[in-house]
Amino acid sequence: MTNSWTDIKNTDLAIIMGGNAAEAHPCGFKWVTEAKANRGARLIVVDPRYTRSAAVADYYAPIRQGTDIAFLLGLINWLMANNKVQWEYVKSFTNAPYLVQEGFGYQDGLFTGYDEVKRDYDRSTWNYELGPDGYVISDETLEHPRCVWSLLKQHVAQYTPELVSRITGTPKDKFLKVCEMVGECSAPDKTMTSMYALGWTQHSKGSQNIRTMAMIQLILGNIGVRGGGMNALRGHSNIQGLTDMGLMSNLLPGYLTLPFETEPTFEKYMSTRGYKPLRPDQTSYWQNYKSFFVSFQKSMWGAAATAENDWSYDWLPKLDVAYDIIRAFNLMFEGKVNGYVCQGFNPLLAFPNRAKCTAALSKLKFLVTIDPLQTETSRFWENHGPHNDVDTASIQTEVFQLPSTCFAEDDGSLTNSGRWLQWHWAASTPPGEAQRDTWILGQLFTRIRDLYRQEGGAFPDPIVNLNWSYEDPDYPTADELAKEINGSALEDLTDPADATKVTLAKGKQVPSFAALRDDGKTACGCWIYSGCFTEAGNQMARRDNADPDDTGIYSKWTWSWPVNRRILYNRASADVKGDPWDRTRKLLWWEGSKWTGFDVPDIAPTAKPGVVGPFIMNEEGTGRLFVRGMMRDGPFPVHYEPFEAPIANLIAPKIRGNPASRVFKYDWEQFGDVAEFPYVATSYRLTEHFHYWTKHAQINASLQPEFFVEIGEELAKEKNIPNGSWVRVWSKRGSVEAVALVTKRIRPMLCDGKVQHVIGMPLHWGFIGETKKGYGPNSLTPVVGDANSETPEFKAWLVNVEPITGPTPVA
Amino acid sequence: MSERYEIDPSDEVHVGERVTVDRYTKAARLNHWLTAACLVLLAISGLAMFHPDLFFLSALFGGGQNTRAIHPWIGVVLFFSFGGLFLRFWRLNLWRPEDGTWMRRLYDVLINKEDNLPELGKYNAGQKIVFWGMSLLILILIVTGLAIWNQYFSEYTTVEQKRYALILHSAAAVTIICVWIVHVYAAIWVKGTFSAMIQGYVTGGWAWKHHRKWLKALVSGKHVDDGKAAPAPAPAGKPGQAAAE
Amino acid sequence: MTTFEYELPNPQTEDVKTVFGQQDLIRRSASTIEPPARQLTPMAKLIDVSKCIGCKACQAACLEWNDKRAPVGENVGTYTIPPDLSPQMFTLMRFTEWINPETDNLEWLIRKDGCMHCADPGCLKACPAPGAIVQYSNGIVDFDHERCIGCGYCVAGCPFNIPRISKTDHRAYKCTLCSDRMAIGQGPACAKSCPTHAIVFGTKAEMTEHAETRIKDLKSRGYQNAGLYDPPGVGGTHVMYVLQHADKPEIYADLPNNPVISPVVNLWKGAAKYAGLAAMAGMVAFGVLHRFVEGPNRVTPKDEEEAKQLTEDPRS
Repeated sequence: MTNSWTDIKNTDLAIIMGGNAAEAHPCGFKWVTEAKANRGARLIVVDPRYTRSAAVADYYAPIRQGTDIAFLLGLINWLMANNKVQWEYVKSFTNAPYLVQEGFGYQDGLFTGYDEVKRDYDRSTWNYELGPDGYVISDETLEHPRCVWSLLKQHVAQYTPELVSRITGTPKDKFLKVCEMVGECSAPDKTMTSMYALGWTQHSKGSQNIRTMAMIQLILGNIGVRGGGMNALRGHSNIQGLTDMGLMSNLLPGYLTLPFETEPTFEKYMSTRGYKPLRPDQTSYWQNYKSFFVSFQKSMWGAAATAENDWSYDWLPKLDVAYDIIRAFNLMFEGKVNGYVCQGFNPLLAFPNRAKCTAALSKLKFLVTIDPLQTETSRFWENHGPHNDVDTASIQTEVFQLPSTCFAEDDGSLTNSGRWLQWHWAASTPPGEAQRDTWILGQLFTRIRDLYRQEGGAFPDPIVNLNWSYEDPDYPTADELAKEINGSALEDLTDPADATKVTLAKGKQVPSFAALRDDGKTACGCWIYSGCFTEAGNQMARRDNADPDDTGIYSKWTWSWPVNRRILYNRASADVKGDPWDRTRKLLWWEGSKWTGFDVPDIAPTAKPGVVGPFIMNEEGTGRLFVRGMMRDGPFPVHYEPFEAPIANLIAPKIRGNPASRVFKYDWEQFGDVAEFPYVATSYRLTEHFHYWTKHAQINASLQPEFFVEIGEELAKEKNIPNGSWVRVWSKRGSVEAVALVTKRIRPMLCDGKVQHVIGMPLHWGFIGETKKGYGPNSLTPVVGDANSETPEFKAWLVNVEPITGPTPVA
Repeated sequence: MSERYEIDPSDEVHVGERVTVDRYTKAARLNHWLTAACLVLLAISGLAMFHPDLFFLSALFGGGQNTRAIHPWIGVVLFFSFGGLFLRFWRLNLWRPEDGTWMRRLYDVLINKEDNLPELGKYNAGQKIVFWGMSLLILILIVTGLAIWNQYFSEYTTVEQKRYALILHSAAAVTIICVWIVHVYAAIWVKGTFSAMIQGYVTGGWAWKHHRKWLKALVSGKHVDDGKAAPAPAPAGKPGQAAAE
Repeated sequence: MTTFEYELPNPQTEDVKTVFGQQDLIRRSASTIEPPARQLTPMAKLIDVSKCIGCKACQAACLEWNDKRAPVGENVGTYTIPPDLSPQMFTLMRFTEWINPETDNLEWLIRKDGCMHCADPGCLKACPAPGAIVQYSNGIVDFDHERCIGCGYCVAGCPFNIPRISKTDHRAYKCTLCSDRMAIGQGPACAKSCPTHAIVFGTKAEMTEHAETRIKDLKSRGYQNAGLYDPPGVGGTHVMYVLQHADKPEIYADLPNNPVISPVVNLWKGAAKYAGLAAMAGMVAFGVLHRFVEGPNRVTPKDEEEAKQLTEDPRS
């Protein structure tokens, strides 16, 4: 989230698209009802199904899954054509005026530089035209044909309401009604918040789905303001913490990146991470990359990381490719993985193409699962009749189950969608042999280190030198880890102007990442979390819900990264001169000599208005309508159909799926087509359950006991499927049996003249737990991920359906 | 033909110093008293649930829960028990021409002026009304009772049907209690009646006075024990005592 | 500090005195009681159907607080699960897919069903067990399971079809408005757990006033018939609904339009009760009177003689 859950109460219009906040985030959704009840805010829901969110919406528009970009580019086209643009914001705070270099182009769904064999782009033409001073050239009139605004206008021109309706299945009048409602928020004193979740991410173009709405929010002037923003509703209580802490195969904590093989030296690594400003006097915060990186290396290896050994740069793994989960399981499937340590994860139900997952896990020598609950993954070898029909005798994988603890049995912090690090305290002792994850990892580490110390091994250095200075090395505490993540001074830090003045004594916690150094005098586990546990104590444990002026900021409640900032890019809440766009919803303002307000400014408090742009994590300081080389699949979003789509891509009929998505050969062969699988399926969560956890809880199980699929009345009639009867649903990759819930909430859509039926499939059932045994959608879903994040395409695929007399009996 | 509707094959006249007439077999008496016991228990337990002022009666059954639990089961027993009585007696309770006459002269009945009444078979019209009234009311009570027997049958009726069942059940219960009062009072009023249901026989005089047609039919139908067959069921003195009371 | 309107307090950790009890009863089933010395402020739960997202947190909270567990059943083609109220499940989200004939738009109506806590409670009227159903002057209609005999008359008495009789312990169960929580100054568990504040709790006056603001908001969104459901036929209720279509309560999973205690129940528990006793007493009185006036009907020796003669008559 750029904003926070509590800030949603400030909005004038909430648009839920690519998510179902009422269903999957009922507690956070309260802020929408607050906005509606107290501000008269309106709520729009755009979804293939009439959801629980739609049940309380002011306006609902249906959309065929996987066509959001067409909808949103059509919306941009409408906004531009109808002058629904926050012009001052666009001109000052976005890259609309900047010129793009010559040679950049787009045709038939592809940008310049495409390589069909590699399914990748040479992105060198996707760049600004820079002047001799190294700064970007801009045209404030927005009239230059190569300025971003002109290129965007040209790019979206083909997405007329008629074409949008043909692609998306959204009736034209409903699309236009949404356009009008959204368009009203281009007024400087009107804001819209975008609330989305896995309905956007779980597509082969998930990142671009989100980006398209981000562009709309920039055009409407809704980023950085109260009641605005791009608000990713995270699906787990701490999934924001997972990405923040770098638990991705290519990341280090704080969105630092792991080196690639092509960066064998620290110097080479840093050479592409200079982030020189592209505008005069602009702050480009990533210029501090080296301080963050060196401090991270010092937290990892302490005294062993020195200037001489390039801060132990050599001890970091160097990637040849990114080892995302799809690749990891493909390697496992190919028999190239010996062991898999699976901590707090249930891939047998969470990864696409379950048959492939089972085959992959069966080829492991060993599997370690660390989980508070019995998972299907740890029981993948066990025959559960039709629900897990494996030949146990043929599986040689040795499985170690390490029982761990649930959140209420542990101290620590959870980072919520709004980037708030909320400390929690153990309320209960773990049952049986269960141990906290820190205990399990502490024990594992000290044993492995002992082995390396005794036996040497191929490359012991990163292990034996790892900084592990916890009071009990076998059992690091949450406080110790939090302090390490915050960072501390390893030597006395002095004022750069006066070397005798000690600003932070050795051993003290750093107050924020501003104190981090690139000379090895500071250590910090995750720079963006710096400030969470300072000399003033554990900031995450704060529980003061004071909220002066009712802003929804709650700055004394826990702690938010970065530096307790609650709304990112908050400089943009005021106009170029520093006056708030909306005086009734002030956030920050310029008081003649400094910025003041309710939130922590993200630019320097004394940075004069009109000089430093608000988007300081970008070298140009502005929001990007055109992104340079950072997105693998294009500087502008393009409508691409899902890999399994019921119709051809109307704007580029030859392109299947996202042309920049990586697809393994085996998986490509497992794609089905519309002739065999005429219906579009989508997967989702239900309020009654949380993923595959709560099926272990009796009450949740009693409130939603049995696997079902949702089928519209029209298709049910056509297929002779009575409500509550049994059906078989199958794709190219598998088959499931379910109760059919026949509903008016799914209505057929007309896409390119053809009637499209949607089949909905909730995801909470497996073969272990209190609920009745069932299947997950992943038995059917294709193995392909988003071109940028490799998030699997769980939201749009093709299936067929037929009535059956009842479930296959368990033998 | 007519005999079938006047007498029971087991009825028999015993000739002797004092004539006695077998009116009810041992089985019939047991059947009657079982039914009677059920009806009384049902009335008490039912009244406990009918009117708050009578709730104290539930203590006799060990409290409200037990009262609620046992009442319908007693009803089932009553239903089958009364069913036995019904099968035994329905023919003899068919309406006869003289019953109309009797009814028209009900005032004479009430003032004990039997001379004006026609000769009657085994039952008079009042007894027949009690019989058919009980039959109908028990049918109503069992049907409505099942409808409100939540423990087993709550799913089979709607709430609205239950409401009608409850009021019908209550009304039928009140009526059957009233009928029961008539029945019991009649037995108290007409002396010599109890012995029919206790010892199984009445005196010849009782039969002559109240059910002369029945007595005559027994005699003419040779349902007479002249002492040569089995001994009389009871010492001769006893019925005499009862009759003299 | 921002608090939501009608935010319910967090649980106390110290001992607290109960704020109401037996001394505050205004009605007691199958009993007559003295009017209480004081009148408690009437309380009410307001369920704003237009804010409800059907998350079932109220159902889960209800099960948790009352320490009940509903069985893991089946899906029979609906989100309404369990499919009905039960002795375990005192409250239930009932989901209705309704096409608005005026707009042709689907509306997913989600109504939290449960005891309405009528001012004139049909259950209490029907109950034959003294004290098994009580009504406090704050509006709570509560069941005292120790006194319940399990007859199910409350089911027949209720105009909303709420009480359910347990097949195991044979006692009637329904929402208590969390009388045990209220007694120590807390609100109902469902209201406490409701994430969107679709369920709020306060004095009936506050709730009625709050409902007005909600109705105004709904009217601004095009729901011209939005209104408060506080049916006068049962004297008003202490659980009220804000409905988008208050003119058609029946579209919300058969919420009764103008509910009243059934005339059949009124007759049964009114006139019939007295008439029945009178009839029975009348019959007894008649017998007694007759006995005194006419005396017994005795067999005479002449009758015995007649009988003897008859049996000895050779013609026979």
